[in-house]
Amino acid sequence: MNDSDSNPMPSIEDVARVAMLSRLALDAEGLEAARGDLAAILRHVAAIRSLDVEGVEPLPRPQDTVNRLADDEPGPMLDRDVLLELAPRTEGPFIAVPKVLGEGGA
Amino acid sequence: MEHLNDASHPLQHESRRDDLVDRIATVRDGETTTVERLEGTLARIEAVDGALNAFHEVLSDDARRHAASIDRQLAEGRDPGPLAGAIVAVKDNLCTTEGRTTCSSRMLEHYRSPFEATVVERLRTAGATIIGKTNLDEFAMGSSSENCAWGPVRNPHGVDRVPGGSSGGSAAAVAADLADVALGSDTGGSIRQPAAFCGCVGFKPTYGRISRYGLVAFGSSLDQIGPIARSVRDASLLYEVMAGVDPNDATTSDLPVEPPLADGPIDLRGLRVGVPREHVSDRNHPGVTASFGATLDTLRSAGATIIDVDLPLTHHGISTYYVIAPAEASSNLARYDGIRYGHRAEARPGEGLEELYARTRGEGFGAEVRRRIMLGTYVLSAGYYDAYYTRALKVRRLIKQELDQVLSQCDVLLGPTTPSPAFRLDADLDPVSMYLNDVYTVNANIAGIPAISIPGGLAEDDGEALPTGLHLQAPAFAEPMLLRTAAAIEALVSG
Repeated sequence: MNDSDSNPMPSIEDVARVAMLSRLALDAEGLEAARGDLAAILRHVAAIRSLDVEGVEPLPRPQDTVNRLADDEPGPMLDRDVLLELAPRTEGPFIAVPKVLGEGGA
Repeated sequence: MEHLNDASHPLQHESRRDDLVDRIATVRDGETTTVERLEGTLARIEAVDGALNAFHEVLSDDARRHAASIDRQLAEGRDPGPLAGAIVAVKDNLCTTEGRTTCSSRMLEHYRSPFEATVVERLRTAGATIIGKTNLDEFAMGSSSENCAWGPVRNPHGVDRVPGGSSGGSAAAVAADLADVALGSDTGGSIRQPAAFCGCVGFKPTYGRISRYGLVAFGSSLDQIGPIARSVRDASLLYEVMAGVDPNDATTSDLPVEPPLADGPIDLRGLRVGVPREHVSDRNHPGVTASFGATLDTLRSAGATIIDVDLPLTHHGISTYYVIAPAEASSNLARYDGIRYGHRAEARPGEGLEELYARTRGEGFGAEVRRRIMLGTYVLSAGYYDAYYTRALKVRRLIKQELDQVLSQCDVLLGPTTPSPAFRLDADLDPVSMYLNDVYTVNANIAGIPAISIPGGLAEDDGEALPTGLHLQAPAFAEPMLLRTAAAIEALVSG
């Protein structure tokens, strides 16, 4: 990818890589449209790069709070059959997926 | 297209206060029943929702069963709860075990949740009847309710206008009296902006005040659930029922929930109302400027002290938001891969898992959702993470510090909710112009503070009189101060 300090105009290769990382299948037209959109938004977003943030701690959540921990006790769970019913494809008590090893194929 | 601004439209018959609090009193007093109220509401939906498209699904059978049960309990002298008689609509990104939960996305077109959102459960337990699931921008990403898999929502105040977004269906339903109140979710203004465009009250509580368990996640450090209502006291009642700690959402606060309006509307005499200079800029629509100016004059006459304050980081809010929210969305939406639930692309011979994921997601998500996932992935990717994401989190702290500092000089902040009234469906705004709709609302999400939009008078645009919103913000967990002030201003402006 381009160096982050350069003008925030992603190349078509950048956009194809982002689409791949996003697991989004886009055709050439879709990639070109995404490039234009990303460039316009990044131009706007780039304004924050002019602010002095030296010594400022990042704030990932608004209240600097941390998660409360639950007691380590078993509780009710959703039924396996209910969850399996949601799956687009099943085989017996399993969710069916394409092969991930070898030659592939659904 | 049939225009709703005619004598037959339900809005034309609304001159009473006639809010939820009044309406449920008529059920308790025996003047009417929940079933009668429900049937009336279902008839109005049948009559006008073809034009508005506020609902994805009307849960008539379940609602009828529930309403009959409420009436039976009342007849037997039992107390079904503080919301007995209430007809409530729910944004379709909140999980309900009745009906589908689609998020207005092809990805979840057939999804039926095996569990119920905590807020929905609490409303039902309090006696509310859930009438249906409302339309929204896909996965709550949008400001116009046009990014919808099954057609846009239209504004009851003018059907060629957008209702705002992303909770546009909820706001349109309340404005057209297709529900007494509705639930929305607000990640950058998605409750308050549509409430302003549709002439309703829209309330986003403090981050952590209301459980998000069962809210389909978009931006987890920003999302909050809240009511869209006909009055501040209605919003306050819903808040009281929904707020409080939930073991299923570890981000909920365990601070006790006080009844916000227990002491009534605040006395405006001497109240310090901060008005950010950046929120009353020349860039606002002249109708918004005029109605907001009139409100300030009324407040001064009522004895409030108006203080001009500076929030110079206001316009950096949108930039900060459009790094943080897409980053969180790209992570949250990674779960939609076509394997365990939701849409799955047709299998192709020889295709592996990665290709299946990518085609499933390319087919299942609409354009705006794809755009934000890619933006989020970009700002989180190697070489850009520090320049965008880490920097945005640092600016977030600066924005929060700025708001905290200004809120220490006054009791509440007040400004217009949006720069303009509802725009036309065919406005065809580019993404950045669309995002700028949230310029005054987004920093409340960034800082996690409570904020509310209440009706602020009408603005004329192209010869049409359209609602505007007044936006109030208060420190974190200061809901009583916020709602008491909003109730006082509501009485002043509407009176």
